[in-house]
Amino acid sequence: MSILVGAETKLVVSGLTGREGSFHALANRRYGTAVVAGVTPGKGGQDVEGIPVFNTVVEAVAETGANTSMVFVPAPFAADAVLEAADGGLELVVCITEGIPAHDMLRVHAHLRRTATRLIGPNCPGILSPGKANVGIIPASFFSEGGVGVVSRSGTLTYQIGNEVAQRGFGNSTIVGIGGDPIVGSSFIDVIRLFQEDPQTELIVMCGEIGGDEEERTAEYVAAHVTKPVVGYIAGFTAPPGKQMGHAGAIISGSKGTARAKADALQAQGVRVGRTPTEVADLAAEILGGARA
Amino acid sequence: MDLLEYQGKQLLARHEVPVPPGRPASSVDEAVAAADEIGYPCVIKAQVQIGGRGKAGGIKVAAGRNEAREHAQAILGMDIRGFSVQEVWVEAALDIAAEYYASIVFDRSARAPLVLLSTKGGMDIEEVAAEDPSAIARVHVDPLLGMQDFHTRRLAFAAGVEPNVVRPLGALLHRLYDAFVAEEAMLIEVNPLVVLSGPGAGGRGLEVTALDAKVTLDGNSLFRHPENARLRNVAAEDLQERMAKERGLTYVKLDGDIGILGNGAGLVMSTLDLVDQAGGRPANFLDAGGGSKAETIVDAVEVILSDPRVRAVLFNIFGGITRCDEVAHGLIEAFGQVDVKVPFVVRLDGTNDEEGRRLLAEADLEGVHVEATMLGGAARVVELAREAAAE
Repeated sequence: MSILVGAETKLVVSGLTGREGSFHALANRRYGTAVVAGVTPGKGGQDVEGIPVFNTVVEAVAETGANTSMVFVPAPFAADAVLEAADGGLELVVCITEGIPAHDMLRVHAHLRRTATRLIGPNCPGILSPGKANVGIIPASFFSEGGVGVVSRSGTLTYQIGNEVAQRGFGNSTIVGIGGDPIVGSSFIDVIRLFQEDPQTELIVMCGEIGGDEEERTAEYVAAHVTKPVVGYIAGFTAPPGKQMGHAGAIISGSKGTARAKADALQAQGVRVGRTPTEVADLAAEILGGARA
Repeated sequence: MDLLEYQGKQLLARHEVPVPPGRPASSVDEAVAAADEIGYPCVIKAQVQIGGRGKAGGIKVAAGRNEAREHAQAILGMDIRGFSVQEVWVEAALDIAAEYYASIVFDRSARAPLVLLSTKGGMDIEEVAAEDPSAIARVHVDPLLGMQDFHTRRLAFAAGVEPNVVRPLGALLHRLYDAFVAEEAMLIEVNPLVVLSGPGAGGRGLEVTALDAKVTLDGNSLFRHPENARLRNVAAEDLQERMAKERGLTYVKLDGDIGILGNGAGLVMSTLDLVDQAGGRPANFLDAGGGSKAETIVDAVEVILSDPRVRAVLFNIFGGITRCDEVAHGLIEAFGQVDVKVPFVVRLDGTNDEEGRRLLAEADLEGVHVEATMLGGAARVVELAREAAAE
């Protein structure tokens, strides 16, 4: 199996005709993802290397049967593109765009709660199910098919940890970047719930960072509902309070939200937390029964 | 983006939140003129982006002109926990009957604005929360519904507000919420929110006023708020932070001596942690971002090396969209343009890493050490910084 994206994914790309959108959508197609449509208002009828472009998402879905949206639209217009994808009835929207105003995301999230659409991101690297489909910007060449599910707030840190896991001979079921913004569509819990149900996933790696209390809540959820082993990593032990570390979500205010508090909460619930990406990979390998390389 | 108190008050005043009349001043003469205009007694308040101004002597009441001059002289230029006071806010002194606390925060877990109200104002709200959590009333507002009257009543009665204050306080909370939404704030905190005594007290003229204002705006929305974008207080910003901003880099100054560059916020945070674990102290956080080109790397090297505290630099790159050969080209270019006096440790992994390492080996830059892993890079740079410190 794998989660969220796979052989059944039929992708429509909002912003396909843009530089970034076309570059990554074509890379996704080369990987084997079924990229069936693009949406750019006013460019309906054109195509990008054979991928038909439509003016609206509704039209694209009607013509191609797309079931997943990837949003590459610039930040000022991205919230609207996410809402349009939900309006088009898509089950899953993956929003790569960074820098979306937080109040836009407040409204988008409040609305999506009332629909059946699941949002991953924004400000995320996307979702890769090795060997099946890649939706987003994760460099697929580092990853192979296997039993480790990864969920992370950060892009490059995920590649770092995923690569160290791969060096020990383990592949991945799915790698999900949930995004580094204060408000994201799907939480660690949302994704871990899917990994727990996924037969391919044997072990879950979660990669958190300072800010908010998402990791703490996840710790409680894991203790109550997850039987598969979970290995954690938290970035930002040395981050000073009140400073924003690149990700808009990565800011500590008061005592809550520190890396220490998060790591302690996870460990208290039986989640093993690596101090370094290397240690995370070692823990995963140890639990899964030694290196398979 | 954090606003100074008076910028926050002016923003709130645009949404008809009552604030005391006041004037900003950046010199002693300006402060005295402002005090004369406002009348005595008045309050002279240091404008810095840090709490604890009162305790540090940065807020003083002036009964007359001589005192206004004395206080302005003392406060302007004073150092409050590392922040130099460039501006004061001169405002009318009020007769205060009670001090409350009100705030609207962006609750990322609930994905909704959270409104907090307490009658224990004027002190550190985190202390109140620790000692007596029940003293803080909380209500989430559905962003699609907006604030309703029942929200404000629920807050006021739960907080134990005097019944005759409930209505004016409710009106003020509505306006705070209007400001929160219209200005796209991440935080609005009013501490204290004061109930005024005086002619109106007890009758229907009872007044509430925002005596302080801490406002944080969403930097991502400033393109829709040009008037707020102009508020940026460049004078208070650090030299490196300003340089980085001009070059479109994300930079945060830290207090150590090891310069750090990486791509991706999570990876850079993790790099800082590894350097710390190896016994070193990072001088900065610098995220060169995804898809960094050679020129971005040149800019980043310039910013990091402009900080005289830096004794060694660690580059930690995991190439995805970013190509390691581009990073190597950038570093080679930077060494051609900038007079580099400190050692560099470079770790390149991911897209085109072999090509990147080959370019660096060919260029054979003085003082550049290539390491294969993140852990090895962290250990090496700490060692080099120690050697430099010992010299």
